[in-house]
Amino acid sequence: MAINKNTSKYCETRLSGSGGQGLILGGIILARGAIKDGLKVSQSQSYGPESRGGSSRADVIINDDMIYYPEATHFDILLALNQESCDKYIYDLKPEGVLIVDTTFVKNVSVMDSKVYEVPFTKLATEKIGSVVTTNILALSFLVKITKVITEKSLEEAIKESVKPAFYEMNMKAMKLGFELADNYK
Amino acid sequence: MAQKETKMVSKKNNKPKKNIVLMQGNEAIARGALAAGVNFFGGYPITPSTEVAEIMSEELPKRGGKFMQMEDEIASIAVIIGASLAGAKAMTATSGPGFSLMQEGIGFAKITETPCVVVNVMRGGPSTGLPTKPSQADLMQTRWGTHGDGPAIVLYPSSVKESYELAIRAVNLAEKYRTCVVLLSDEVLGHMREAVEIPDIKESQIINRIKPTVPPEWYAHYEQNQKYLSPVASFGEGYRFHVTGLAHDKFGFPTNKSSEVQIMMDRLKKKITHNIRDLVQIESFMMDDAKIAIFAAGITAQAAKKAVVDARAEGIKVGLLRPLTIWPFPDSAVEKMLKRVDTVIVPELNQGQLIHEIERLAKDKKDSKIIRIQRFDGELISPDDVFKAIKEAN
Amino acid sequence: MAAVPQKTIHKYLRHNKKFPHVWCPGCSNGIVLGTIIRAIDDLKLERDDIAMVSGIGCSSRMPVYVDFNTLHTLHGRAIPFATGIKMFKPHMKVIVITGDGDATAIGGNHFIHAARRNIDLTVILINNNIYGMTGGQYSPTTPHDDVATTMPYGNIDNPFNICDLAIGAGATFVSRTTAYHAIEAQNMIKKAIAHEGFSLVEVISACPVIYGKLNKKGNAPKMMNQMKDNSIPLAAVNKLPKEKVEGKIIRGILKEVDRPEYTKAYQDLVDKLNNK
Ligand SMILES: Cc1ncc(C[n+]2csc(CCOP(=O)(O)OP(=O)(O)O)c2C)c(N)n1
Ligand code: SF4
Repeated sequence: MAINKNTSKYCETRLSGSGGQGLILGGIILARGAIKDGLKVSQSQSYGPESRGGSSRADVIINDDMIYYPEATHFDILLALNQESCDKYIYDLKPEGVLIVDTTFVKNVSVMDSKVYEVPFTKLATEKIGSVVTTNILALSFLVKITKVITEKSLEEAIKESVKPAFYEMNMKAMKLGFELADNYK
Repeated sequence: MAQKETKMVSKKNNKPKKNIVLMQGNEAIARGALAAGVNFFGGYPITPSTEVAEIMSEELPKRGGKFMQMEDEIASIAVIIGASLAGAKAMTATSGPGFSLMQEGIGFAKITETPCVVVNVMRGGPSTGLPTKPSQADLMQTRWGTHGDGPAIVLYPSSVKESYELAIRAVNLAEKYRTCVVLLSDEVLGHMREAVEIPDIKESQIINRIKPTVPPEWYAHYEQNQKYLSPVASFGEGYRFHVTGLAHDKFGFPTNKSSEVQIMMDRLKKKITHNIRDLVQIESFMMDDAKIAIFAAGITAQAAKKAVVDARAEGIKVGLLRPLTIWPFPDSAVEKMLKRVDTVIVPELNQGQLIHEIERLAKDKKDSKIIRIQRFDGELISPDDVFKAIKEAN
Repeated sequence: MAAVPQKTIHKYLRHNKKFPHVWCPGCSNGIVLGTIIRAIDDLKLERDDIAMVSGIGCSSRMPVYVDFNTLHTLHGRAIPFATGIKMFKPHMKVIVITGDGDATAIGGNHFIHAARRNIDLTVILINNNIYGMTGGQYSPTTPHDDVATTMPYGNIDNPFNICDLAIGAGATFVSRTTAYHAIEAQNMIKKAIAHEGFSLVEVISACPVIYGKLNKKGNAPKMMNQMKDNSIPLAAVNKLPKEKVEGKIIRGILKEVDRPEYTKAYQDLVDKLNNK
C-alpha cells in the first residue's frame, strides 16, 4: 500500500539490531546523505530504556516528494544486525525488498523471494578495521553500494559530518571496505 | 480561524536551498524557542524531552541567556516563573511524570498571568510508564491538570518543521496572553529527524513585552481594561508591584471580595475565549468534498494523512482535519466538519480524549457516525490502521 | 509647623493597601518584619532593587505589606522562584521569607540545593515550631514530645536542626537568633544581606495563639521571656559548663565563609564563551 507508487525514489529503510550497534547514527548518516542528494527525508527510531543492549531500530524514509508518515511500515531495505530483529521485521519486508544481514549474529534467514545479502559485518569490522564500532558504517556503506539509495559521494560527506574527527579515518576505511564487499559480492 | 493551506507538491525550484539541515523534533523546539527570544531555561532531565535541555544548556550561555538544571520539576516551573517576572522569556521542557509535578506551578503562572512555556514531550503512562515510547495521553491533563478552573492554551505540532514554528508561536502567545502555554510533542515526533529549511525569522514575527511608561503610582499589574499587549512591568525596574497566587485585585493584592474575584476570573477566562480566532489553528487536508473525515493531531495525524492520500487514490472521498491548537478546542471548525461529513474517524494514542470533544459537539447531530481508533501500548497507529477504518466506513 | 515624628518602617509599608495585617496579636512575625525593614534602611538599599519572595504560611504573608518587588508564591517553593529572579537580574537583592514547614518540609529539597549552589539569596526563616496557618499541625522543627493537632499524644518525630542542615548543604552564611533579640536579628540580617552567597538567618519565633496554647507556654510576653532565658550567644558556649549549654538555643553567626557565588560563576562562564 505504498504511497506514491509511481515515484521511483520512494524508499523505506529499516536499520535494526541491538542498542550500542550505532544504528541511530547510521540512520542519521543515511538521512544526511539523502539531503545532499536533494531528496526529502524523514528519520525516526525506536529504542528501549537502556542505552546498551535491548532492541534498537532506525527508520529512514527517502522520497523526492512529500513524506507523510515517519515510520517505515513496508520496507524496501532491511538491515538486520541480530537474529531477533531479523525474525521480527522480515515479515514487513516488501516481496521485492532487499535484506542485508550480519551473519556474525544472524544464523537463520527464512525468506522466499527477497534478495538476501549475507555478510559477517561485525566480524569483519573487528578483524579488518580493528574496531567493532565501525560495524554500522561498514554495513551502511555495503547497503548504499548495493541499493544505490543514496550516492556514494553523499554518503562519504555525511559520514564526515557525523563522526568525530578522530574517528574519521577509521570510518573511511570501513566505508571503503563496505563498497569493496558489495562489488565482490557473489 | 487560521486555516493552513497544505501544498501537496513542493518541487518548485531546483536551486539548492542553503539552510536545509537534518533536525530532530526536540532540537527544532529548542531552536524555535531561541529564535523567539527565549533567554531563560530551567529544567530537570527526563526522557524523551532531555535534548531540549541539552541544547539550551549549550546555546543559552553563548547568547548571554540563562540555563539552570534544577533539583526537580517543581523547582523548574518555579524558577522560570520567577525569571519571567524579572523580565525573561522563560521556558521548561519535560514529560509525563515531570509534567504532573509541574501542575501546581502552571496554575500559579495562569492566575498571576506570568508568561512562560512548558514543553511536554508525551510518553506512555501512567506513572513511569513507557519512557521511550510515544503517547497522546496527556491531552486532557494539559486542559484540566492544574486544580481550579480556567481555560488553557495548548499547541501540538505534527512535524519537525512545525515543532520549530509552533515553538515560536508558543513563546509569542505566552507573551501576548500573559499565561503559561503548553507545547506538546511526543516521543516519536521529539526524536525523529527531518530535513528542515530553517526559516528566516523577522523581528516583526516575535512578540515582546512592552514596558510601562506611566508613573509607578499609576501602574496596575492587572489593569481591568487592559488590551492584550498592554505594557507589563518586570521586577527591578521601578514598578514595585505585588504578585500572589491568591485571588487578587487589579494591583495584585489579595482579595476575598466576590466582586473582585469575579473580575479576576472573568479576565482569565475571556482573554482566551474572546480570542479564539487568534488562538485556534487548524489544517484542513482534502476536506472539500470529503464524506469521511479524520480528526487527528500530532504524530497520529501523519499516519492519517498518508491513509487519506492512499484512500483518495482508490477514489474514496476522505479528508483530514488536524488541530494545531488543541486548547482552546476548535469547536467551530469541528461543527462545520460535522455538518458536511457522514463519518468521523478519531485515531489517538490514548483511551479516548479527543473523541470526547467530538462527541460533545456531535450530540445534536445524531446521524453522525463516529469511529474511534485507540492505541495505548506504546506503538503508533499506522497508516494501514487508519486506511482500514476508512475502507470499512466507506 | 512641627513635623510629625515618622518611624522608619512607615517609609516601607504599603500603608494604604492591605492593612490590617493577618497576624494574631502577640505573633513574632511583625517583630521580624520590623527588623528586616530596619536592616534594609541601615544598608541604604534601593527599594527598586529588592525583591521579597515568600512561600505559603503565616510568615509568608509578609511581602504584601512592604513596598518592594514582592512575590507570594506556592507552599515550599519560594526559593526556586527567588532563584529565577536572582538569576535573571543578578543586581537585585533577593530576600526569601519562609516558615519552618515551608522551608524544611515541603520545600526542604529546594532549601538544600540553593545552599549547595551558593546562590546569593538571603533566607529569613521564621521558625515557630509549628504549622501556624493551617492551625497547629506538627512541623519538622516541633520538639519531641510537644503536642500538635496531628500529634495529639505528643510528637514522636525528631526535629531538624535547621542551621546544621544549611551548613551541611553548603550555605556560606548561617546564623540563628530569636524574635526577642530584635537588635541582634537586625544586625544579623544586615550581614546576611551584605554577604555574597546563600545566607540563612533562622529566627526562633513565638506563635502564642496556636503553638503556645497547645503546649501551655503562656501568653506572648511569657514566650518572649522564654526565648531570652532559653538561648545563649555562641560566644558563651565555650565558657559555660556543659549542662548550661544543653538544650539551649545557640544564637550567633555559626558559619561565614567565602565561596564562589552562583550567578557570578554563571556570568564568568558567559564571559568565557564570549571571550571577554
Ligand atoms: C501544596 C500545599 N500543601 C499544603 C498547603 C497547606 N498549608 C498552608 S501553610 C502550611 C504550613 C505552614 O507552616 P510554616 O511554613 O511553618 O509557616 P507558619 O504558618 O507557621 O508561619 C500548610 C501545610 C498548601 N498551601 N499547599
Ligand atoms: S497562628 Fe501563630 S504564627 Fe500564625 S499569625 Fe497567629 S500567632 Fe502568628
